[in-house]
Amino acid sequence: MKVLVFVENNGGKSTKAGLEAVSYAKALGAEVTAIMFGEVAGDAGVGECGAGELKVQSGNLDSRAIANIVAQEFTAGNYSYLIASHDNLGKEVMPRVAIKNNCSLISGVTALADFSNGCVVKRNVFSGKAIAEVSSKSTSSILTVLPNSFGVKKIGGTAQVAALSLSASGSEVELVEIKGNHGDAGIPLPEADIVVSAGRGMKGPENWGGVEELAKELGAATACSRPVSDIGWRPHHEHVGQTGIAIRPNLYIAIGISGAIQHLAGVNGSKVIVVINKDPEAPFFKAADYGIVGDAFEVLPKLIEAAKQFNANK
Amino acid sequence: MKILVCVSKVPDTTAKIAFSNPTTYDESGVTFIINPYDEWYALVRALELKETIGGTVVVASVGGADYEPIIRKALAIGADEGVRIDAPESDAYSVASEIVSYAKSESFDLIICGKETIQYNGGVVPGMIAELLSLPYLSGASKLEVNGNDVVLEREIATGVEVFKSKLPMVVSAAKGMAEQRIPNMRGIMAARTKPLNVVVSANASTQTEVLQFSMPPAKSGCKMINPEDAAQLIQLLHEEAKVI
Ligand SMILES: Cc1cc2nc3c(=O)[nH]c(=O)nc-3n(C[C@H](O)[C@H](O)[C@H](O)COP(=O)(O)OP(=O)(O)OC[C@H]3O[C@@H](n4cnc5c(N)ncnc54)[C@H](O)[C@@H]3O)c2cc1C
Ligand SMILES: Nc1ncnc2c1ncn2[C@@H]1O[C@H](COP(=O)(O)O)[C@@H](O)[C@H]1O
Repeated sequence: MKVLVFVENNGGKSTKAGLEAVSYAKALGAEVTAIMFGEVAGDAGVGECGAGELKVQSGNLDSRAIANIVAQEFTAGNYSYLIASHDNLGKEVMPRVAIKNNCSLISGVTALADFSNGCVVKRNVFSGKAIAEVSSKSTSSILTVLPNSFGVKKIGGTAQVAALSLSASGSEVELVEIKGNHGDAGIPLPEADIVVSAGRGMKGPENWGGVEELAKELGAATACSRPVSDIGWRPHHEHVGQTGIAIRPNLYIAIGISGAIQHLAGVNGSKVIVVINKDPEAPFFKAADYGIVGDAFEVLPKLIEAAKQFNANK
Repeated sequence: MKILVCVSKVPDTTAKIAFSNPTTYDESGVTFIINPYDEWYALVRALELKETIGGTVVVASVGGADYEPIIRKALAIGADEGVRIDAPESDAYSVASEIVSYAKSESFDLIICGKETIQYNGGVVPGMIAELLSLPYLSGASKLEVNGNDVVLEREIATGVEVFKSKLPMVVSAAKGMAEQRIPNMRGIMAARTKPLNVVVSANASTQTEVLQFSMPPAKSGCKMINPEDAAQLIQLLHEEAKVI
């Protein structure tokens, strides 16, 4: 089985989500070819995750032009499946390829596809409160993988790099600049393996020092509940939940957050959840793996201290 | 300017999720709302654009008669005209095809969708609409400004804010930040009663995917409680037992 993987370029390397898509394709037992756009350094890291081949089309193209080329390669190479990440670019490119190639698209998949009877794959629905098993009605299909649900699996290897020279042009939607830099403080939230998050229980923005310190010790990104970003205690891009961003880290530590259903919708895919709340009845404990009933202002310094010691002994 | 806003119907954010059989969502006792991304961001931004540059805002939904209260609500918030495309909401491809078969003859300058529904979390319909109409598309925009035919868009990413330029006509999917929720007032609700809500016949679009069954995620095995005095123990458990640090 031949599988094509669309990988987003981040400064010459694959994005983390792109490597997850490659790992996913490899785990399907496929012969994997990756396709990237722009300038690429070496094999962009895709070989290590199992791609045998990397096709690169140079040029600065927008999502529609990219879709044109991916669609052509998908047909020309006789691939059975096309895999991509369910991120902004994947959401722009893949629906177009599905229409062009008249094949099905199942977005945001969270588990490996089952090919024993066509193509059946699981995805989250109702904001993670349920799971749907979806089947494709076409012979070839496109699957987009929910970021952080599958993980990057490095198995070693390098990909043969080949340049594509299809005639490509078009930039109807032009990226003119990238403003600001949320990344200053450290790890971007959607990609973080560990997230330390806090809510209204912190009482005010001046009390976030401990949250940030614990995050720093654990190598974590910081997040917050919606009211906290609405009142301006924390920046909007930290807001997780049904109306903010959805994250699926390995570890989510929630401090002074009640665990409202709309908050859970954005974090319930986390592998391990720790809840620190002074109210033993806080609904969040029902979704937690570890809980501490206590005052955040007393618990946090203890955790920071323990994390420091843990790091010192590593 | 003629703007189309695609609105979807979803269970209220606090609704209990249960299934009456493996393929059917149990709607008993569930209140339905307009998908928050469609209502708070897509629709409100469309109304703001109309208020500053003039034009009309049409809201369209693909669905049965049970969709009409949702469309009326959008009219009460301020849309000028409602359209219900009388077709089942089978999958992203069929929904996009139905919307396109209606929109083709209407030449909209701007089509705004939500970034995804909170029910199916697909995030696919707007991209398919763009491709079927051969239009530019930006997903997950947090800001949308229109000046003549020029469009300036912003999108929040992990490391900052991307700024894009494009041209009308185009398709945009809306994320948080594009506008602020508006609560319909009495006048709006009264006016909505006499605004047109047209029912369009289905184009009998085909589907590409099928939901075989729904299930609930595995339940957590229970929460291990740690004495606040021994908070330090948590770090050890996360390392040795949970193996996440
Ligand atoms: C349509 C809709 C969409 C929404 N979307 C989102 C969303 O995307 N994300 C989101 O987060 N919310 C969302 N909400 C809001 C959500 O319903 C809750 O109101 C919100 O999550 C509560 O935030 P919180 O837990 O920080 O605050 P609160 O509910 O006020 O909880 C604070 C918690 O802190 C605890 N606490 C207080 N002091 C201390 C202390 N000293 N030490 C330890 N614990 C303490 C309290 O016991 C309490 O449990 C949405 C709501 C609606 C209606
Ligand atoms: N049945 C529908 N009728 C009208 N618009 C819809 C419908 N379903 C989805 N949409 C639009 O497409 C967006 C993305 O939906 P989805 O791809 O299903 O997550 C929604 O936010 C709506 O704007």
